[in-house]
Amino acid sequence: MIGYILRRFGAAVLVLFAISVLVFLIFFATPGVDPAARIAGKNADPATLEQVRASFGFDQPLPVQYLMMMKHLFVSHDLTSFVNRGTLVIPQIMDAVPVTLSLVVGAAVIWMVLGVAMGTLAGAMRGTLVDPLVMLLGVFGVSLPVYWLGEVVNLVTQKELHDSVFSWVPPLGYVPLSQSPGQWALHLLLPWLTLALLYAGIYARLLRGELIQALNEDYVRTARAKGLSERRILIRHALRCSLIPIVSLFGLDFGALVGGAALLTEVVFGLPGVGKLTYQALQNLDLPVIMGTVLYAAFFVVLANAVVDVLYARLDPRVRRA
Amino acid sequence: MSGVEPIPAVAAPVRPGAGPWRQAATRILRNRSALTAGAGLLLIALVCLLAPVYAGSIAHTDPFVSNISGTTVVGGQEVQVLQQSTEGLGLGVTPIGPTGDPGHYLLGADNQGRDVMARLLYGGRNSLLVGVSSALLCCALATVLGVVAGYFGGWIDAVLSRFFDVIWAFPVYLLAICLSVVLLTSGLHLGPVHIDAGSLALPIVIIALIYVPYVARPLRGQVMALRDKEFLHAAVGLGASDLRIMRREVLPNILPTVVVFLPLMTALNMLTESALSFLSVGVQSPDASWGTIINDGLALLYTRPMITIAAGLFVALTAVALNVFGDGVRDALDPNARLRGGA
Repeated sequence: MIGYILRRFGAAVLVLFAISVLVFLIFFATPGVDPAARIAGKNADPATLEQVRASFGFDQPLPVQYLMMMKHLFVSHDLTSFVNRGTLVIPQIMDAVPVTLSLVVGAAVIWMVLGVAMGTLAGAMRGTLVDPLVMLLGVFGVSLPVYWLGEVVNLVTQKELHDSVFSWVPPLGYVPLSQSPGQWALHLLLPWLTLALLYAGIYARLLRGELIQALNEDYVRTARAKGLSERRILIRHALRCSLIPIVSLFGLDFGALVGGAALLTEVVFGLPGVGKLTYQALQNLDLPVIMGTVLYAAFFVVLANAVVDVLYARLDPRVRRA
Repeated sequence: MSGVEPIPAVAAPVRPGAGPWRQAATRILRNRSALTAGAGLLLIALVCLLAPVYAGSIAHTDPFVSNISGTTVVGGQEVQVLQQSTEGLGLGVTPIGPTGDPGHYLLGADNQGRDVMARLLYGGRNSLLVGVSSALLCCALATVLGVVAGYFGGWIDAVLSRFFDVIWAFPVYLLAICLSVVLLTSGLHLGPVHIDAGSLALPIVIIALIYVPYVARPLRGQVMALRDKEFLHAAVGLGASDLRIMRREVLPNILPTVVVFLPLMTALNMLTESALSFLSVGVQSPDASWGTIINDGLALLYTRPMITIAAGLFVALTAVALNVFGDGVRDALDPNARLRGGA
């Protein structure tokens, strides 16, 4: 088991290295792309371009540039922004992490509770109205653009019904948990629900499928033959097995969202999280910030992948030999 | 367990003796929700294809030309398309809202005085084009890579699988945005491939590339399972070349899965396109897509919400139809396929 874990995390480190090289190549080695020209502006004269090249180190060979960037990022922790010179990248990301974590953790709690409850209900009450309703919500979950749903939510709660039903909704933005827990939750409530609604549908639908398959298994028939109650069979036998793929999917989704996949939700609701930071950096082509946020994002995705794999290997010994 | 439809592990043959594709077609034709969704898709595609007819013969406008000082007729009265704002200091202008009259700005105008309904139809053509062609490109690339990796195994598989791992670990939107930001200014010049910045082909290629692992990974697994089958050993024994075995023995066996992926990937790619366009790194002006129209409507969200709402409804309806239709295709061809989530 320990050997498997070591191998798995070794592979994860290699993937992270490959991602950092890939991002670096995308921005520095794409044919026709000159980072100096971007920093200097559209109509910069050759002398200015040379100056920018020398001052940012673009005249060095690519591997040297890559190593310099990695050294600033991981060894001396003093990587600075290209656009706002003097702004350190790592503190910027660290400031944004709590916002993203607040958004994602809250949404995850809501969508897991909702998704598991709805999926179990739909699986247990096939043929009733609950079933098609969950299926429909599942289709919406994979079909509605989250940023559009967020805009419509904003329209209704900030404008159309703001004077009546939704007068309690605060303006868009973020209040730190340490400053005021009540305001923190109030500001995040609608972003949480928007993000959670789509995931809850996807999870409920997946769980329903797993549960129906599990209820057809031999061990459920055995449990019935032993005379157990339907409720006990559903919850203690069928649901336990059906939750394994859900939990592993949750690991991957959670990792991706913490890493910045909640970018659209953050942009729409004006939450200054990692996704929004990445988005702003991309708009200004602030390469060090992009490198920092993308590596941060990839770290969470790779970590989540590795943790899920190790958990799977713990549950199913056959995987360890693969 | 009475009154509950059993979930078949393998779809029951509906017409014994018929080939698998014909059986699947029969199953789809009996699936009412898939048929409804398919009809809805055809309708949306048809309406979008007729965009020039709508703009030319019904709305009488060019949705790509600003009409800032133009006028139109509402209820028999001539009014400005861009009206002086009555809110705040009254300095800005607000475009005309929905009139309900197809000849005169059915869904109103955007902030350049262009007919929103006509733009939605033209934008739909681009959204559908990007969705469909990137899904085709993605599935084609993934099939080639998945078959090669799964069939040859060894170091070829190791290299390709690591490549999939790296793209897989990259949050898809971040990768798409990184590529778009770079390529949208310089265009793509890779060997014989030359794509101009601002070309529609750019989002198509980018979106196709980022989702290759999603399709290639499950295909690779299927091909690896096929390698131990007797008919494959038989083909090897007959002296067939690797290329022939891949083309004539392996490909027909995984093609149903590829077909199952197509409508679902089209929905996913269309949603990705709209998200990228919403972030203004997708379809570039003067071209429009549903995503760019949602983005255009944002500035007017609180005064003329119909622009954003209508464009988003088009995206959502098309994606729902594609997903429902795709589920029907999956049930007909390969009910056990695990396409969403995890795998």
